[in-house]
Amino acid sequence: MILQPAILALLMIALLVSGMGLYAGYYGVRILRRWDQSSGSELQLELERRTYLISTIMSYILCFELMSLFLFIYTADDLHMLFTGAMCAAGSLAVNSFGYPALIVKIVNFLFAGVWLVVNQVDNRSYDYPLIRFKYKLLLVIIPLLVVETYLLSSYFGGVKADIITSCCGSLFSNEASSFSGDLAALPPVPMQIAFFSAMALTLLSGIYFYLSGKAGYLFSLFSAATFLVALSSILSFICLYFYELPTHHCPFCILQKEYSYIGYVLYATLFSGAVTGIAISLLMPFRSVVTLARIIPQIQRRLAMFTILCYISFTALVVWKMIFSALNL
Amino acid sequence: MKRSVERHLNILDFTLASLSRRKAKNLSLLAMYLLVIFILASLQFFVTALKREAATILQDAPDMVVQRLVAGRQDVVPQDYAAEIGKIRGVTSVTPRLWGYYYDSLNGANYTIMASDDVQPESASVGSGVAGVRNLAVGDLLPLMSYDKIPVMLDINSIFSSKSDLIAADLILVSREDFRQLFNFPANQATDLAVNVRNQEELATVASKIVALYPDSRPILKSEIRRTYQSIFDWRGGMTLIILASALLSFIIFAWDKATGLSAEERKEIGILKSIGWETSDVLLLKFWEGSAISLTAFLAGVVLAYGHVFFLSAPLFVQALKGWSVIYPEFHLVPVVDPYQLSVLFFLTVVPYTVATVIPCWRAATIDPDAAMRY
Amino acid sequence: MIELANVTKCFNSGKPNQFTAVDNVTLNVQQGEITVFKGPSGSGKTSLLTMIGCMARPTSGRFFLRGVAAALPFNQDGGDVVEITSLPERFLNEIRRSTFGFVFQQFNLVKGISVLENVMLPAYPTGEGRGEFRSRAESLIEQFSVSRHAAKRVEQLSGGELQRVAIARALINNPSIIVADEPTAHLDSKLSQEFMEIAGRLKGEGKSVLIASHDPIVYDSPLIDAMVEMRDGMVIGSRSLR
Repeated sequence: MILQPAILALLMIALLVSGMGLYAGYYGVRILRRWDQSSGSELQLELERRTYLISTIMSYILCFELMSLFLFIYTADDLHMLFTGAMCAAGSLAVNSFGYPALIVKIVNFLFAGVWLVVNQVDNRSYDYPLIRFKYKLLLVIIPLLVVETYLLSSYFGGVKADIITSCCGSLFSNEASSFSGDLAALPPVPMQIAFFSAMALTLLSGIYFYLSGKAGYLFSLFSAATFLVALSSILSFICLYFYELPTHHCPFCILQKEYSYIGYVLYATLFSGAVTGIAISLLMPFRSVVTLARIIPQIQRRLAMFTILCYISFTALVVWKMIFSALNL
Repeated sequence: MKRSVERHLNILDFTLASLSRRKAKNLSLLAMYLLVIFILASLQFFVTALKREAATILQDAPDMVVQRLVAGRQDVVPQDYAAEIGKIRGVTSVTPRLWGYYYDSLNGANYTIMASDDVQPESASVGSGVAGVRNLAVGDLLPLMSYDKIPVMLDINSIFSSKSDLIAADLILVSREDFRQLFNFPANQATDLAVNVRNQEELATVASKIVALYPDSRPILKSEIRRTYQSIFDWRGGMTLIILASALLSFIIFAWDKATGLSAEERKEIGILKSIGWETSDVLLLKFWEGSAISLTAFLAGVVLAYGHVFFLSAPLFVQALKGWSVIYPEFHLVPVVDPYQLSVLFFLTVVPYTVATVIPCWRAATIDPDAAMRY
Repeated sequence: MIELANVTKCFNSGKPNQFTAVDNVTLNVQQGEITVFKGPSGSGKTSLLTMIGCMARPTSGRFFLRGVAAALPFNQDGGDVVEITSLPERFLNEIRRSTFGFVFQQFNLVKGISVLENVMLPAYPTGEGRGEFRSRAESLIEQFSVSRHAAKRVEQLSGGELQRVAIARALINNPSIIVADEPTAHLDSKLSQEFMEIAGRLKGEGKSVLIASHDPIVYDSPLIDAMVEMRDGMVIGSRSLR
């Protein structure tokens, strides 16, 4: 394991987040078992007050997950020079088999926490807590994932060792041959461009249709989730090439660097936020028929759809702008 | 949207007024917080600056250094190794280097002595650190005692400084003849060989050829040296951090205690707010802004103070613990480096635990019964 | 306007120290009147007022409020009448903030901040622009002749002035119902008289005023319209004086 302040910070956050999650989960179970809306008993009042604590904790978890996601990538990038052959974060994460799983679970947890907060927001707008069971069951899905993330993260950092000079030998043990230069297995650019733009177009069209008519919410939600994945592969496949202006550098992390004026943060922020709100729409769909939410859900869904559309449009606009003005021609 | 912004602004406004009303309590919290951030920030700045210094030194280092091992220990390298290595395809230059350490019994300092072709016999160029300790000026004589107990008198040609004090401070450049005389160094031998290679991609191949040619040689690549330096500094930083963790922890407990132990006055005030129409989430927001204001103030002030401490005062609190080199670096000025990454690590190490420690106490405060105010 | 049906409030229910503060109260309060809740201390007046004022929920029973539906983001069946009992705290709060203004026995002003800020305090979380409620607060303290103290801290004010500041604060969000709990307990007779005059003025503006008191200046005042007598958590007499 490498002792470094950033790594200690990441491990500490992971522990705190899963600790808070477990605490929230304990009361989530209590709420699931003891909740009785019609009762004016002191227990019920106390449980209702706990919901405030759990919402606060989840907001912090979302916030910490987002910030630590970027810190994690940045730290992986900072570590690359400790490993032979690693050129950037892509290489550091591949040092052992926990790096990429940790990253993926982190992203999933961020999406989940975001979706949970949207559901929570909707539930808070109605007077009879119609989503209370659903949202605490969802919480019980998220918490194990937070623990898994902590496990993966500590296994990853626990397993990395710097390739340093040992007393007996120098370069012979530094296996410079197996170079991992960020040339991730990337899909071919031209088919990916077609896939990316058609996925975006479908999402935007179905989004506008949903916004105007309130119909086909599941479709739009599905499209926005699929587009999220397509866009991530497209970043690997061709989008980053335009930003790096290099035909072979497929690393999805280097765009977060200062050299590219931190443009990656904007790209990922728009994509991730759009995905959270887009996915949340389908989770709300089954509750449109609940009487006390009949007026609230469609209104919120429209707003979510608009937000997703705006985020995805900004993402696409950035990509198109770079494709036009990049020095690189594919 | 506008209403929500207005609500935040109004509550923030009240928060700031409240903070200034409870100066004593908040100042003690702020002072502790600031101290913790100051120490951690100084540490962070210091280690990063050292890493940067090391990187600066290594910029001019050769691609590869070849040493010779005898019975597993480093020994001198015969100069004919250099000629043979120079013949390997891809090698652009091989320079035998002469360097070593000289212990000065006068003041207990260690100097790095290096032979240079640019220095005339019986003269020397010294680093600013050496000049400082020995009180030397250009034109002075620097007597050094050789291994044969014969004093070698050196004329000071120049006193140099460099963009990094680390390189320059303890260095004495002498001619090859003086070097050999001083250390009784065998002729046709060198301390090590500096090898440069045309194509960086071929470094490993060249290194393996050298080992095949001379099984007792030990090539060390520049990238390996850099890596080793980085991990040493990281390790030192991390160790110090773990030692400081107890300080951080006690601060967190202190913060938790402060947040939990609401005074009767404060409890009453929250009761009043709730009774006149503030909701639990409004009070939570109030508490959130309160925490943010304290964190932000402590963070900014702590970072600014640490910057001054490390880069203007040269980190008097850490020099002994972290640098761990010879006595020659009393005045050691680091080149300022601060980047967003360092600051965010610092933020995570301090603000996040503080926030987490105060979540539950804040919630408890916010859920005081609204009718509590009626019962006084 | 306010309708209570079999409302009960228990504390520590199920435990040995169980205590019933309000016991099976059924009651109707009319709009635009001054209603006085009379009874010795411990008779359940304050607990009843906290429930009427949406500060606490009854343990059992039902409680309806007319004319507050606009404050809520949803529709309950029954048009303008809202059944309060099962609403979550945040909605109770929304109703309380927009419909009720409170005057407390101890005035409950926040120390260390100015009179004007105290008056504005209930408006902070509403999301209204600061300028708007500030000018309203200024005209209120003007109306209650405390505007020369606007910048002073509340510690520096006399009892009568504190009371007027407290009333001004109760009115900042323009509520239709004023709830006062023993408002004259710490006032001399002259100031108590003055309070009743203000209550009469508020009634004249169409507001309903609910006062819990065992002060004869209050319950013998010619201004009051209805009287509810309480003892041991129960209503023992309720009559209209008109």
